[in-house]
Amino acid sequence: MWKFIVRRLIITMPQIVLLSLFVFIMASFMPGDALTGQIGPDVDQDRLQELREQMGLNNPWYIQYRDWILGVFQGDFGTSFRYNMPASEIIQQRMINTIWLSLVSLIFIYALGIPMGLISGRYNDKLIDQVITSYTYLGFATPIFIFGLIALWVGGFQLGWFPTGGSVAPGLEPGSLEYILSKIHHLLLPGLAIALIGLVGTVQYLRSEIIDTKQKDFIITARAKGAPEQRVYNRHIFRNSVLPIAAFFGYEITSLISGTVFIEQIFSYPGMGNLFLESINIRDYTVVTALVLLFGLAAIIGALLSDIILSIVDPRIRIK
Amino acid sequence: MSDTLLLEIKNLKTSFRIGEEYYAAVDNISLDVRHNEVLALVGESGSGKSATAFSIMNLHNRAKIEGQILFNGRDIANLPPSKMNKLRGNEISMIFQDPLTALNPLMECGRQIEEVLILHKSNMSSKQRKAYGIDLLNQVGIPRPERIYDQFPHELSGGMRQRIIIAIAIANKPELLIADEPTTALDVTIQAQILDLIRELKNDLNSGVVLITHDLGVVAEMADRVAVMYAGQIVEIADVETLFIQPLHPYTRSLLSSVPNAEGTDDKLHVIQGIVPSLKHLPREGCRFKDRIPWMDDSVHEEHPELHEVSPGHFVRCTCYQHFHFPEQNEEEQAHGIT
Repeated sequence: MWKFIVRRLIITMPQIVLLSLFVFIMASFMPGDALTGQIGPDVDQDRLQELREQMGLNNPWYIQYRDWILGVFQGDFGTSFRYNMPASEIIQQRMINTIWLSLVSLIFIYALGIPMGLISGRYNDKLIDQVITSYTYLGFATPIFIFGLIALWVGGFQLGWFPTGGSVAPGLEPGSLEYILSKIHHLLLPGLAIALIGLVGTVQYLRSEIIDTKQKDFIITARAKGAPEQRVYNRHIFRNSVLPIAAFFGYEITSLISGTVFIEQIFSYPGMGNLFLESINIRDYTVVTALVLLFGLAAIIGALLSDIILSIVDPRIRIK
Repeated sequence: MSDTLLLEIKNLKTSFRIGEEYYAAVDNISLDVRHNEVLALVGESGSGKSATAFSIMNLHNRAKIEGQILFNGRDIANLPPSKMNKLRGNEISMIFQDPLTALNPLMECGRQIEEVLILHKSNMSSKQRKAYGIDLLNQVGIPRPERIYDQFPHELSGGMRQRIIIAIAIANKPELLIADEPTTALDVTIQAQILDLIRELKNDLNSGVVLITHDLGVVAEMADRVAVMYAGQIVEIADVETLFIQPLHPYTRSLLSSVPNAEGTDDKLHVIQGIVPSLKHLPREGCRFKDRIPWMDDSVHEEHPELHEVSPGHFVRCTCYQHFHFPEQNEEEQAHGIT
């Protein structure tokens, strides 16, 4: 078990190096550099060359890459072109917000999706399954930005139960109980909106796996042992059906962290997705590069988590 | 050997729904099994052997079961699940055909054995369960049982897994053991070991065994009595010597003559024409085997074939056995030319 995790971690290292290399190369293909547009048009070209030399922009790419990656390791992603402040500082707060939103969405997705999938698979073709399946089709077909708008309109404006924007009510002392409660309050509606659409995949996967698993031979064995239906489901069918969901877990995290752009925009929630869009719009390449690197890292860590979870659930895939 | 009936099946009819209609896969079967007796159910795939076994265990998903299944005199057909669960794995247990798929891949073998103890021996402590589980592995001939106990099914060979399944089946010393083609998925050397094991356990526990197989070698090796099934009915039932020495029903004789023998004579093996008709297309009128012996005259069959007792304990269905002969060379060629 631990051997497997260590091995899997070692595989991650070259992935991260490759990722950083790709991100750096792509960033260097983007037009302009740190000085473009920063300085008035009347500045002397010789002075510009001097500055470029000073900032290391004339160095060969591998030297530049080394400088950049050493900075990244120390948490220095460079300076934002626009705000003239460290990119890491801009990203940090947004990242925390996004991680919270992803976490709340995940909890909603699994707290709602797993029971729905279980019921749907167990009572397949009964009325309750038809209702749930119809909902999942509806969920697949509904774009998240439409659903987000509806959720905001109903939950935020019509019912007034939830705040309609931001990540925390203004004027509260960070760290106080009110502050934390207000944060959670701001998370609920966008989290629920993401989950209600995001859970359809989980429900469908679980449903078809359960329908598949309940016809397997070892389920007949379990029944032949005299196990009551509830135990057959809890001990034998569920665990064998949850594999694809476990496999999907890491990717779910990835897609939540990098993919909540629409919801953040609709709920004017200050997260990374929102920052990503802004930065592209104002061509703040340092921030964009840093975010792409972070999204990539999230994907790698997600895959790592998936594999570890899968190896815990399924003994057959542990690397020997 | 005590002579009280352990299992007595009376007019069992198991039907499955296809579309709007129910079709009987097991059609009016009566059987009995005594303690310390092996009854073999023989027939081609689709003849209703497994459906009969599953009916006894009530393991069918959506089937209509009619008739009586008396277990120690108590009718267990259509027993409510809570009562049936007390019998399953306890007084009646089952060994399955494919050891590669019959174990939960995510559970250690030991825990799968323990489950049947948790369900039926609630007063055992977890320590006792483990000790007994390891003891069971010993009984079924597994080497290094302490190690195997914590291993997963995928780490074991097919023969080992079948032993685990047998260990589960005998954990609660069942009175009736149903073995559904227990050796079909195993290679020949392992087959003999598994059969020996089942026989030993039967003798130790004084249990009755229903052995389902299509392998006549296994029947000769194991069975005390044999019931030959065709298309959901019993066509012949006799003790094992009688059946092999003096088979009567055309189906039994065809089965026996389609087995190669070790002498390797030059005679061509007999091939039974056609296939077992599907559930939906089973002939419900007249002799069900008629279509597969087309060279026989229609008049030899009974209109409503019954089981006839030709000698004590030897029953044959339909009168066509009295006139049955294998086809002449030209008849056979003709028949195969048509198909």
